[in-house]
Amino acid sequence: MSTSLRYLTAEQHRVVTAAADRLVPPLDAHPGAGALGAADYIDGALGAFATNPPLVFTGGPFSGRFGGDARWGEFMALTPLEELAWRTRIEGSRGDPAREWNGPVRGWQEIYADGFAALGADFADLDPAVQDERLRTASRDFRTVFYEHVCEACYGPPEYGGNRDLAGWRAIQFPGDVQPRGWTDEEVSSRE
Amino acid sequence: MNDCDAVVVGSGPAGATVADVLAHAGHHVIVLEKGANHLLSFDAPFDLLGHLSNDEIKFLRRHFLGPDPLLEPRTFRRSEADGDRLFVGEVNNLPSTVGGAGFHADAKLPRFRAVDFHARSELGPIDGADIVDWPVQYDDLEPFYDEAEKLLGVAGDAAQNPFAEWRSSPYPMPPGPDMYGATLSTAAARELGLHPYAAPTGVNSVPYDGRAACNNCGCCANFGCPIDAKGDPVAPLRRALSTGRVEIRPLSHVSEILLDATGKQATGVRYLDTSTQPPEIREVRARMVVLGCGAFETPRLLLRSGIANSSGLVGRYMMHHFQTFVLGIFDHRLHGYRGRSVTHLHDDHMLVDDASRAHAREHGLPYFRGGLVEHGGGGHPLMEAIHLPPGPRHTQTMLESPMRDRLWAFTMQGEDLPQVTNQIDLDPQVVDVHGHAAGRVTYSSHPHDLVASSYCSPLLERVLQRAGATSTFVATSPSLHGDGPRLAPNSKHVMGTCRMGDDPRTSVVDPTHRCWDVDNVAIADASVFPTSAGYGPTLTLVAMALRASRTWL
Ligand SMILES: Cc1cc2nc3c(=O)[nH]c(=O)nc-3n(C[C@H](O)[C@H](O)[C@H](O)COP(=O)(O)OP(=O)(O)OC[C@H]3O[C@@H](n4cnc5c(N)ncnc54)[C@H](O)[C@@H]3O)c2cc1C
Ligand code: SF4
Repeated sequence: MSTSLRYLTAEQHRVVTAAADRLVPPLDAHPGAGALGAADYIDGALGAFATNPPLVFTGGPFSGRFGGDARWGEFMALTPLEELAWRTRIEGSRGDPAREWNGPVRGWQEIYADGFAALGADFADLDPAVQDERLRTASRDFRTVFYEHVCEACYGPPEYGGNRDLAGWRAIQFPGDVQPRGWTDEEVSSRE
Repeated sequence: MNDCDAVVVGSGPAGATVADVLAHAGHHVIVLEKGANHLLSFDAPFDLLGHLSNDEIKFLRRHFLGPDPLLEPRTFRRSEADGDRLFVGEVNNLPSTVGGAGFHADAKLPRFRAVDFHARSELGPIDGADIVDWPVQYDDLEPFYDEAEKLLGVAGDAAQNPFAEWRSSPYPMPPGPDMYGATLSTAAARELGLHPYAAPTGVNSVPYDGRAACNNCGCCANFGCPIDAKGDPVAPLRRALSTGRVEIRPLSHVSEILLDATGKQATGVRYLDTSTQPPEIREVRARMVVLGCGAFETPRLLLRSGIANSSGLVGRYMMHHFQTFVLGIFDHRLHGYRGRSVTHLHDDHMLVDDASRAHAREHGLPYFRGGLVEHGGGGHPLMEAIHLPPGPRHTQTMLESPMRDRLWAFTMQGEDLPQVTNQIDLDPQVVDVHGHAAGRVTYSSHPHDLVASSYCSPLLERVLQRAGATSTFVATSPSLHGDGPRLAPNSKHVMGTCRMGDDPRTSVVDPTHRCWDVDNVAIADASVFPTSAGYGPTLTLVAMALRASRTWL
């Protein structure tokens, strides 16, 4: 678990870690979503605005993994409209008319709050069958957003907090972002 | 007092082409773009800004290039029978940013064939559709195709495609390397009598026009080139800026076209400067207003402004291409993440022959045409992960990767017919963040599109089986099953919503793209296409814009 959380409580972090493993489980030597850092990823998504610039869009052009200066860790400043969209998406519209051009919007923070209520604070200590049952009773919105976040955590770039030690990409034999090295003509065309 | 000679709305391939042409003719141009600038510096030598990268979360999950569907929702229904709308969200969205979608496409840039400009007189009408000849023919357009290929930098080898039309000079670059999967699918296609060829692509196979050669990074469609190996539309934008007569204003959302007291001449546009929140309202006055907002936003802006619509056809005849995906899963890895997403095409299904005519007649049609077929690799890791059901088998399936690393796919961009009932109009309730009515798409496929798809897909499955696929299946966009967003088309090819013609009663713009009702407003994008052919629209829209814009000022 990361030492400083942005949004989740330590208890919620433990719940998310356990629940994520039910969706994307460990297999043999390959870590599941919990060990890949799903809770850190979700902490970064829900707490994106705890730092400025917020953790929404990585910088560019190169991560440094295949050469070039490593710049993805420097997140980008948002335009005023992007900030409005992302605060609304994450925090919800909260009755603010400036965020309700098409009516109220439930934010990720609210959707997760409902999800935590359905999963229960004791989730991590339950039998897998009971865990799955609790997950089934959570709202459809929560299950959708949570699953997308878990996948992003496992197989997205590590700068967002998941894919710890690139173990997600290694498991699926995906080399990741390869710029500026790219692939040679031979690598593109040959079977190997 | 005018602020410039021409104000161009939108900075994609259409707007960039026009800005370049007008500035080189000595005119002063202001380009208003509602998106942010993530592309290039506006100061010489106009280098890339370094915002583009291979990050799947940023580009495919978080709407970095816009439009964010929360800020700018669109709505969809198949027909009035669905009520006001079926859903709200993304409907065939294209990036909204300086450069439009061009820099974020994988940029297959084929030409249309001669028949595509006069399908009505050569092939005939089809009930329920308004197929018409274009007022412009292939021979008129050929010099502009040639110019566009050199301007954007297209790599290709015309000799490989037996169905290609005549051309005045070769492609300026040879094709880049064949993807491994394409070596299998093209060999099998040839064995079954098809004629695959290296895709003409707006990606540098060698250094060209001061830009680098592509290094095959695999993140081509939907991302943006981090190393400046794509020319569309960065090349025309750089050329335009280098004249010193072009100013590009990002974060400038045009809300209205302004007319003079006669109502027959535009005086400029009003726009929202969204660099502050709330936005500032500003105006630009110009002799000429050019719309290059893409075939969804251009009619939306005209409808909102209430102009150019004496024919009642603004927004009508919307076309998207009917996409048929034929997917083959292989028993070994194809590493489709290396290369330019798609490296080969074949045109065979665009031809009408005796066998296809006989099949058409069985289905009550005089004939049908399919479309261009792209030979391409599988998706990216998050696409595959989210597509799978969660649970015990998830990790095992990700390791085996049937839908990414072991997938090879054909995408047929089927010609969809122009139907007057297919349209974009203004949604009666849903609005964007500025309070403007959202664009609403009403769209159902013509039987032609479905018959063509079901005729071509078994053959394409056989090709993949011969290439080594152990299982194959077919999907379409719009989907014929299920519910929600998949029922809407998602081809990224949008056309036809302000059709061009010789008669103001049956068309929105004249043969030089000027609106019949307000002749100093011209449309530069694929809104003007009277029919959709079965080819990506971009090279043709750029060639058309080159041709028309030289006549405007
Ligand atoms: C992933 C992908 C792959 C593609 N692959 C191909 C391909 O292989 N071959 C092909 O031919 N085509 C392809 N396309 C389609 C191609 O990108 C488009 O045909 C092309 O970009 C259209 O150019 P345009 O200038 O008309 O419109 P766009 O590129 O859509 O640009 C329009 C611009 O206008 C701006 N705008 C709209 N409304 C306003 C307003 N009110 N005020 C200010 N600005 C406004 C938008 O923000 C946008 O930047 C692909 C597209 C995508 C997304
Ligand atoms: S595949 Fe080539 S052109 Fe496409 S983004 Fe990568 S380097 Fe650029």
